[in-house]
Amino acid sequence: MKRGAARLLRRLLFAVLVLAIVLYTVFPFYWAVVSSLKSGAALYTVEFLPASPSLDNYVAVFRGQPFGRNILNSVLVAGSVALVSLALAASAAFALGRVSFRGRATLLVVILGVSMFPQVAVLSGLFELIRALGLYNNLLGLSLSYLIFTLPFTVWVLTTFIRELPIELEEAAVIDGATPWIMLTRIFLPLMGPALATTGLLAFIAAWNEFLFALTFTLTDEMRTVPVAIALITGSSRFELPWGRIMAASIVVTVPLILLVLVFQRRIVSGLTAGAVKG
Amino acid sequence: MSARAGWLFLLPMLSVLTLVAGWPLLRTIWFSLTDARLDTLDAYTLVGLANYRALVADPEWWRAVWNTLRFAAVSVTLEVVLGVIIALTLNARMRGRGVLRAAMLIPWAIPTVVSAQMWGWMLHDQYGVINEGLLRLGLIAEPIAWTAEPSLALWAVVAVDVWKTTPFVALLVLAALQLLPDELYEAAEVDGLGPVGAFFRITLPLIWPALMVAVIFRALDAMRVFDLMYVLTGNSRSAASMSVYARQQLVDFQDVGYGSAAAIFVVLVIALVTALLVTFGRVRLGGDAR
Repeated sequence: MKRGAARLLRRLLFAVLVLAIVLYTVFPFYWAVVSSLKSGAALYTVEFLPASPSLDNYVAVFRGQPFGRNILNSVLVAGSVALVSLALAASAAFALGRVSFRGRATLLVVILGVSMFPQVAVLSGLFELIRALGLYNNLLGLSLSYLIFTLPFTVWVLTTFIRELPIELEEAAVIDGATPWIMLTRIFLPLMGPALATTGLLAFIAAWNEFLFALTFTLTDEMRTVPVAIALITGSSRFELPWGRIMAASIVVTVPLILLVLVFQRRIVSGLTAGAVKG
Repeated sequence: MSARAGWLFLLPMLSVLTLVAGWPLLRTIWFSLTDARLDTLDAYTLVGLANYRALVADPEWWRAVWNTLRFAAVSVTLEVVLGVIIALTLNARMRGRGVLRAAMLIPWAIPTVVSAQMWGWMLHDQYGVINEGLLRLGLIAEPIAWTAEPSLALWAVVAVDVWKTTPFVALLVLAALQLLPDELYEAAEVDGLGPVGAFFRITLPLIWPALMVAVIFRALDAMRVFDLMYVLTGNSRSAASMSVYARQQLVDFQDVGYGSAAAIFVVLVIALVTALLVTFGRVRLGGDAR
């Protein structure tokens, strides 16, 4: 009987631990949702379910500033960055994963090094480059600069993936007289579907969330991406931030992301851990 | 495929990377030796190491360095401890594990700026839910200005970072845990090792490599922190990181020469800390991923 009680206590403690973890990870998001639905004075009282929920804040976000435009900007930038990174990285990973040439290991380490670089270290050089190309306050300038952090990790993950494909694949292709280009596009790319989807999604999220470059290389409200727009939302006075609107904007840009992540969660976890665990 | 064809496939990626990473880095190093200004970027004179000399003489800069190192050390430590605890919990066989793992991904997916704003609101001095909760529990007598109080601001930033990135660490550790064979633990039970003994004698040594990789990734990320401080504490000097300081000089004060020197110094600090971690953490960074 005593043993049964101890076991019950253990299970209870474990349940409390699990509950605490869930509460800790989910509560801030929940609180943002609740706050975004409160309008007027209700925002300044603590209630865990809004007594009279309203969408005023959501309407105000899109009325008060070009937030729809900001979302479109983010989609365009993150989408183009993900696609370009995948195209460049798939070709590079094919070479890095399937050809042995001198300097390959060094090259991989250099690429990994670039991904660990602090963004601020290239800020003035990039600023000059972007202005010289006439891309200041232009979405293309952002897309270009984001490649600095999406390319290294897409190359790295895709290289790991390609190495694990069986060698017989290309032996058969070589016998058939296929050129490297045919091998990449007809044999490897179709097999890389899942890996491309995962790394593409990770690149998209990284670009969607980027702040430092977007803050520095854009000037007008119309060219801002979502993170900058949310960071710079201001109210009528400098000291009273419109928290309801900020929370509404946060929810609008976070919900699609969370849905994407939940749908692709298995792949994302394996993509995040690929390389890291084996390293 | 021949080596020559290999280089051909590498060429597009390498040229883009040279354009957006290599070249700007060289230019930043060059600018750090000049007195360039942001509005007149092409009219400058070489000043040698004067920017670096001014930098090491600036107490504000050293405060930023110290802030960044403290931030990185405390947040990464907390993230690893919490991450391991959460991973061990998630590794237990139980119902709803998938739901739990999905919940873990929420903080990770939320943009840093958004999580900074969410926590900024929760930590609000007058209307924040955290002050309200602590007041009701009687733990504090009056509301605390978490993000404005100079002695607290840095820890507020740490709290947000821990919330946002612990899941990442937990998922990496979880992946490593799931590779461990059950037989090891059966043997441990036979040998009479308790759960705590089994953790320190078996689990920890075996997940050490994965843990160190997570630590290095997180440390590198933490040392270049920018968004969190910028959004949560504004440009306040008391909690500014190295990146915040460098960008402020570069953009707000238009001093490209001095700001570039600070930016290059950031790289040096990060390189030094990474070298220390790799040496003392006994990590083999997989140059060859297998």
